[in-house]
Amino acid sequence: MGSYIIRRVLQMIPVFLGATFLIFVMVYALPGDPIAAMFGDKAADPAQVASLRHKYYLDQPLWKQYLHYMNNLFHLDFGTSFTGRSVADIMADAFPVTIRLALVAFFFEIVVGLPLGVLSGLKRGTIWDTLVLIITLLVISIPVFVLGYIAQTVFATDLGWVTPTVQDSEDITQLILPGAVLAALSLAYVARLTRTSIGENLRADYIRTATAKGLPRRTIVTRHLLRNSLIPVVTFLGTDLGALMGGAIVTEGIFNIKGVGNILYRAIGQKEGPTVVGIVTVLVVVYLVASLLVDLLYAVLDPRIRYA
Amino acid sequence: MPDVHDENDPKPLPPPGSGHLDYVGNQGLLVEQDTLIEPDPAKREEARSLWGDAWRDLRRQPIFILSALLIVLLVIIAIFPGLFTNANPRQANLAKDFLRPPDWTDFFGAGWWGYDGQGRSVYARVLYGARASITVGICVTLAVTVLGGLAGMAAGFFGGWVDSVLSRVIDIFFGIPLLLGCLVLLNAFTTRTVWTVVLALAVLGWTQIARVMRGAVITVKQADYVVAGKALGAGTNRLMFRHILPNALAPVIVVATIALGGYITAEATLSFLGIGLQDPTISWGVDISSAQKVIRQAPYVLFFPAAALSVTVLAFIMMGDAVRDALDPKLR
Repeated sequence: MGSYIIRRVLQMIPVFLGATFLIFVMVYALPGDPIAAMFGDKAADPAQVASLRHKYYLDQPLWKQYLHYMNNLFHLDFGTSFTGRSVADIMADAFPVTIRLALVAFFFEIVVGLPLGVLSGLKRGTIWDTLVLIITLLVISIPVFVLGYIAQTVFATDLGWVTPTVQDSEDITQLILPGAVLAALSLAYVARLTRTSIGENLRADYIRTATAKGLPRRTIVTRHLLRNSLIPVVTFLGTDLGALMGGAIVTEGIFNIKGVGNILYRAIGQKEGPTVVGIVTVLVVVYLVASLLVDLLYAVLDPRIRYA
Repeated sequence: MPDVHDENDPKPLPPPGSGHLDYVGNQGLLVEQDTLIEPDPAKREEARSLWGDAWRDLRRQPIFILSALLIVLLVIIAIFPGLFTNANPRQANLAKDFLRPPDWTDFFGAGWWGYDGQGRSVYARVLYGARASITVGICVTLAVTVLGGLAGMAAGFFGGWVDSVLSRVIDIFFGIPLLLGCLVLLNAFTTRTVWTVVLALAVLGWTQIARVMRGAVITVKQADYVVAGKALGAGTNRLMFRHILPNALAPVIVVATIALGGYITAEATLSFLGIGLQDPTISWGVDISSAQKVIRQAPYVLFFPAAALSVTVLAFIMMGDAVRDALDPKLR
């Protein structure tokens, strides 16, 4: 196991460098001049432009800019945004909000998605199964921005149960509606994945053995069936939690939550290079660590999997 | 070949005289056996491949038929939107038609589904918007299947350092969330057409297919018939495209069909966020985005493009589900 982890961590290094370089190229090498944009409609003073370019390292070739950035990153310095605010500051504001939202969404996925999947998997072919299949199919096909608007209009504007936008992201009750909207798609996947997994395991020999030796159904389901069926679901949930940390551009936009997705969307529109690169770098690390943990979790849950 | 005369063996026998001496020899045995076990004649009648089996299954599935009909209809609408309406989707008469509510008696007419905040026919715009969505969905899927398929095939087939390098490249692209990467990429273009969006989604989206293809190729590569092909002196190309590809394609096709719906959603989301398609292209995403402003007075302006988008995505996801069930031998 130890050598496996070391190998995986070593493999993560080129992926980290590659992904950050890719985003670096997309942000800085593609057309669009952030310095010119800073002046808006005013005519820019060439000397000032030159000094700004120098300050942000934009007068250097791209690879040098990247090395400079990586060097700073190594000293945990994410740089300054073009508005003069430190990128680390911006992230320190945005990430807690997104993490709270992600946890609310994650809660819904487990508390609603799992039971739905177990229900339809155990009662395969009944009306409950069909119902769950239809509902999840609908949720998967309705885009999140439509779902978000419907939820906002119905629950906030018409019924008045919640405020249409999130005023205070520290108040968990305000995050319930956006969290549910954000969770909807993954929730449907969790339900379907659980259903398929249970369906496959129900035919397994060990279930037949357990039935044949006269175990009560409850024991078979909880001790034998669920434990094995939930392995792929748990790994999906792990990957998804990593993805949820990346913020939700659409959901955070609709409910005006000042999280990572919202900040990132604005930064992309305003060509705020340092902010975009900084946040995406963190997201890449989160993704890499999450997928490593999921693989390790897999080995813990399924004793047949051994990493050498 | 001890199993040849097993009644459950679906392996077809070549016709007598086709030059397979050992088979001819075995067939005598089999005929003898036939008289003993009298297999179901319908079962022996045709030799069926995985694809043949899947096709037989699919034709009987109502979900497949429903989604196929929907997709055919959508494609016809995308190619000839004029067949279904005379209204011009770009004609805007603010004085007369501003948010005019739907006229349910005006079947297939301009005012059937009402008018939007700029006095344009919602019905006409929904019909003409199908083209962008369907084009993006199909073109991106084709592009990622070819691109990801080749990469995954090369990585899986050659293994070794080719696999190491390609797998790291796949990991790199996989590490950047699709929507986020597309936002950054598309933001660099001031004018964006359907093809710009296709390009962005394809460049960042090919890794999923590549991973699936790589896994499938690695599994198939170890099969006896591939080893046999190699032993008989088949070249790399022949092995890859005649022996491995047809047998590794099933999971790729399933993932690609389901992903198609996802790409349509991605295009609509990008357009909704204002970084996807722009005028004069008519896009459901853009229409949904502009309908937000009038959702209180005129919910139908939001409803119809949203419903069209959902139905389109639904059709492709149902199709993918049906194909997966048909191709998955475990469910048989």
